[in-house]
Amino acid sequence: MFEPVLTKNVGNPAALTLKGYKKSGGYEGLAKALQMEPDTIIEEVKKSGLRGRGGAGFSAGLKWSFIPKNITPKYLVCNADESEPGTFKDRLLMEYDPHQLIEGCAICCWAVQANICYIYIRGEYTKAATILERALKEAYEGGILGGSLMGSGFKLDMYIHRGAGAYICGEETGMLESLEGKRGQPRVKPPFPAVVGAFGKPTVINNVETLCNVPHIITRGADWYKSIGTDERNTGPKLYAISGHVERPGTYEYPIGITFREMLENAGGMYRGGTLKAFIPGGASAPILPASQIDIKMDFDTVAKAGSMLGSAAVIVMDETTCMVRSVARLAKFFNHESCGQCTPCREGTNWMELLLKRIEHGEGTESDGRLLLSICGQIGGNSLCALGDAAIGPVKSLVERFYPEVEQHVRERRCPFPQRRHFQNGA
Amino acid sequence: MSVSEPKVTSTGLPPAAKAELDEIRKRYPTDEAALLPALHIAQRLWGGWLPDEALEAVAAELGLPVSKVYGVVTFYDLYHQKPVGRHRIRVCTNLSCQLRGSEEIMEAVREELRVEEDEVTPDGRCSYVHFECLGSCDTAPMMMVDETYHENLTPRRVRDILRGLK
Repeated sequence: MFEPVLTKNVGNPAALTLKGYKKSGGYEGLAKALQMEPDTIIEEVKKSGLRGRGGAGFSAGLKWSFIPKNITPKYLVCNADESEPGTFKDRLLMEYDPHQLIEGCAICCWAVQANICYIYIRGEYTKAATILERALKEAYEGGILGGSLMGSGFKLDMYIHRGAGAYICGEETGMLESLEGKRGQPRVKPPFPAVVGAFGKPTVINNVETLCNVPHIITRGADWYKSIGTDERNTGPKLYAISGHVERPGTYEYPIGITFREMLENAGGMYRGGTLKAFIPGGASAPILPASQIDIKMDFDTVAKAGSMLGSAAVIVMDETTCMVRSVARLAKFFNHESCGQCTPCREGTNWMELLLKRIEHGEGTESDGRLLLSICGQIGGNSLCALGDAAIGPVKSLVERFYPEVEQHVRERRCPFPQRRHFQNGA
Repeated sequence: MSVSEPKVTSTGLPPAAKAELDEIRKRYPTDEAALLPALHIAQRLWGGWLPDEALEAVAAELGLPVSKVYGVVTFYDLYHQKPVGRHRIRVCTNLSCQLRGSEEIMEAVREELRVEEDEVTPDGRCSYVHFECLGSCDTAPMMMVDETYHENLTPRRVRDILRGLK
């Protein structure tokens, strides 16, 4: 039986306070970490197999190990800019267990010897920001943060930095630009943030959920952590945010690699008894999978092998009443709106994809539109500085490659074959 | 009579806001990094949007060119350059909400407020926009009114919420 790790304090309001959090075993990981050499911590995190939970799935320990020792100051930027459509797991972690995040950040700072941590939180998350702000204040007053991290003599300041509504600021270098008070346009890499990051200094950027794993890895050890999950490359507990056509949408914690079928059953099955048509396994950027993939193991490598990505593990479920063209058109609109405009292929390409998809949806598409869409995808892919361009083509390519009969039907019938669904009768 | 009035120079930020900003500035190695927080403060002071004088005040305060501040303001969705209602309504319409009826929610908002998206009601009370994912997909459809999330909406609940706004 799997015991929740990251969400164990959800439903325990006492954990919002420093006292309550400590009572649940909180800050034991930090206390232990402060007795360890920083390099030993990095090794332990590497050994645990923890991969970034923000979307890219890069080894967290490896990322930390890239931080040069001889340059100061160094920074940790916690990526709390959760904006990937379908994703709402980090909000839960911040609203229900803010100290867990603070503890994870503190351990990371000690491991890489960073004296300042910025938590970059999306501007819309005002509730989470308020809760975190309160927890930070308590952590300062409780002698955890400030001049001497838990009495160790290591100085650590932690601040919240609110974003202002821009998806691209979740991209790590876009985030750094935004933190520095600029337009959030991603930087050319290399140099990577580990060497030239915030304010030109070495910087670790980790997602909220990634950092929340850290106290548990330190307290219970890498071997315990590795015992959870599919295999050596897919380890640990994972939050899955499930939404769309399911009866009980929500954030669920499972060992990484649970099947989509189990997840769907635990979420109460299909909404109003519908039939599964398709699902997105990892947020708006992830190519859509057909219902035939229902038994897929939801880990990084298995989902990648199936031609999609685990991404942020935001699972969006669609039933048989869903028009795939309309759904993808909505995502295309999103990427068009959020493209920062810096790279021409992405700026122009996302606009054309939205226009074409809307045209098809409105019954004005032509037979060559599918080919045209793929051609635009080809021109965007790999031709932009950051991953947004590649993300934008994910759902579009999967529409043309996996759901082409629907595209054809729109063109042939010169209308959308799916009636607009009404969810509410008489306003209720 | 083509001589235009000289542009009114910035009156600057009021002392309390200055003090708030000074605290925030200490967190960063550069003054420029305090720009986003400064704009959040200014927008609060100027009734939810940023007229030119607000940009000028922030620019003067942080020692930045106004053009640079303008560039930043135009980049982010949460900064507004034209007047907004006393209450700002953001309806999430991204995929998860769309799958659960966000179009009907948008319709209900439009019917209730009787203005188009991004316009202000004649009494200055409300303005609304459709918005990208607000990270509340498990409680779709949803909308944000000022700082508050309203979740699991129905058209009827939307009407009740909007009518309750002063």
